[in-house]
Amino acid sequence: MKAAIAGVGYTALTKHSGKTPLGLAREACQAALDDAGVPASAVDGIASFAVMHDSAPCVSVATALAVPQLRFVVDADLGGQAPCYLVWLASMAVATGHAENVLVFRSLNGRSGARVGTMEFSGAGGQYRYPIGYDAYLMYCAMWARRFLHETGQTEEDLGAVAVAQRTYAASNERAYKRWPLTLEEHQGQSYVCEPFRPDDCTVEVDGACAVLVTSVERARDLRRPPAVIASGAFRAGPRPGLDIGDHLLWADYTRNYTSILRDELFGRAGVTPADVDVAEIYDCFTSTVLMGLEGLGLAERGGAGDLVRSGRLPINTHGGLLAEGYLHGMNTVAEAVTQIRAGHEVCAVTSGALMDGSALVLVNDR
Amino acid sequence: MSSPRVDVDSESFWAALRDHRIVLQQCQACAKKRFPPMPSCPWCGTPGGVDVETDASGRVYSWVTVHRQLTVPREVPYTVATVQLDDGPRLLGRLDGHASVDAPVESFFVDHDDWTELRFRVVS
Repeated sequence: MKAAIAGVGYTALTKHSGKTPLGLAREACQAALDDAGVPASAVDGIASFAVMHDSAPCVSVATALAVPQLRFVVDADLGGQAPCYLVWLASMAVATGHAENVLVFRSLNGRSGARVGTMEFSGAGGQYRYPIGYDAYLMYCAMWARRFLHETGQTEEDLGAVAVAQRTYAASNERAYKRWPLTLEEHQGQSYVCEPFRPDDCTVEVDGACAVLVTSVERARDLRRPPAVIASGAFRAGPRPGLDIGDHLLWADYTRNYTSILRDELFGRAGVTPADVDVAEIYDCFTSTVLMGLEGLGLAERGGAGDLVRSGRLPINTHGGLLAEGYLHGMNTVAEAVTQIRAGHEVCAVTSGALMDGSALVLVNDR
Repeated sequence: MSSPRVDVDSESFWAALRDHRIVLQQCQACAKKRFPPMPSCPWCGTPGGVDVETDASGRVYSWVTVHRQLTVPREVPYTVATVQLDDGPRLLGRLDGHASVDAPVESFFVDHDDWTELRFRVVS
C-alpha cells in the first residue's frame, strides 16, 4: 500500500498573527482537511516539529480539532530537517496500517514570538559559539557557504541568482511575503548581514502555519484532489553530525550536506533518476542551501548549480521559497511540491534541512 | 561577552585556557584527537580519552564576518573562523587580520573576568 498527500492547508503568513501557535495549527490543519474533503473525525495521526518549544503539541491540535483518537503521534525536537521526514514517517505508518489519515504540520509565531534565527539552542556545542558572538543560525550556514563557493568556483552572484529567481516566482504567489521583484544589481548592492550573506540571501521570518494530510493512495483517489504520490523518502545524519543543531566542527566537508548522502537511497527507492525530476523544491533558509541541495541531489553538476538556476531549465522553489514566501521551516516547501504535482509535473524532489542532517521526498503523479 | 556554560566534559578545556594552555582530547584506542570535548571518541566510539596540548596553529577552513547586530548588542563587524588545526581537529574563534580561505593562523589568549577566550590571528 502506497501513501499520498491528499490535502494541503495554510494560514496567512504575517508579521503578527495575533493568534497562538495552537490557533494557527488548527487553522492550517482544518484547511488541509477541507482541501482533501476529509472530516477531522477521520484523522488518527498527527506529526509535527518544534524548535525550543515554539509550536503547539500534537495532542493539543487533536483536542482543538475534536479528533476522536490518535494512533500515531510525533512531536519532533527538530527544525527544518523535519518536514520531509515526518511526511515519510506518516506514509510508512499509513502503508503498514498503523494509521489511516495523518496530519503533518508546522506552526509558529516566528516573527512576533520566539525567533529561531536568533534563539540560543540547547546543547553542549553552544559554549564554544555563544560567548564569541557566533550565535545565529545564519552564521553557521554562512560558514558553509563561504567554503562551498570557494571550492566549487562559484560566487556571491550565484547566491544572488537564487534570490532573484525565487522572487520572480513569488510575484505571482498571493501567500508570499516578499512579492516585489529583485534584480541582481539590487542584491549585490545590499550591505552584508553576515558575509557572504546579504538580506535577500536570508529567509523571511513570519507567523503562520502549514499542514498536509497523508493518506493511502487508494483513499486519496476518492477525495477532492488528485493524489501526490509519495514515491520515496529518506533521512540522513551523516558521520559525526555534532553536539547540537549549530555544532558543525566535526563535519568533514562544508561543501556537501546531507543531500549528497541520501541521494542514491532517495531516488533508488522511487525508481527514478535525477534526470527524471521536472520540478524541485529545495530547502532554502539561505540561498546557499539551494545551490548545495541541487548539487547534492545530482540535479546540477558540482559547481553548476548557479548556472542551472540562471538557465531556468528546471523550475526550482516555485512559491518563492522560504526566502520569499516565508519561513515555515520547509513545511510550505512540501506543500508547494504537492501543488506542482497537481499542476501536472511528473516528478518533484523536495528537501528539508540545510547542514549535517535532513530529509527529502520524491512526489510523483498518480500514473 | 557572556561566559561559556561549562559542563563536565569541557571543564578541563576551559580550565586549561585560563592557564593559557590549549588542550584537545585524544582517544586512547585509535589516537585520534578531537574537539569539542565529549564522553567518547566520535570515530571509534571508545569511552574516555586524555587531554593533550596543542599550540592551535593551523589554517582558515572557512570564515564569516558579522556586519549586523543580530542577537545581543555587540561591536560589529567581527570575523569568526573555523580553523583547521595542524593537529587534526577544527576549532572556532574570533579572527584578527584579513580573512581568506586557507590563510595560516596562530592562536592567542584574551582574558575576560571569569573565562579566557581563544582567538586567532592571520600570520603574514
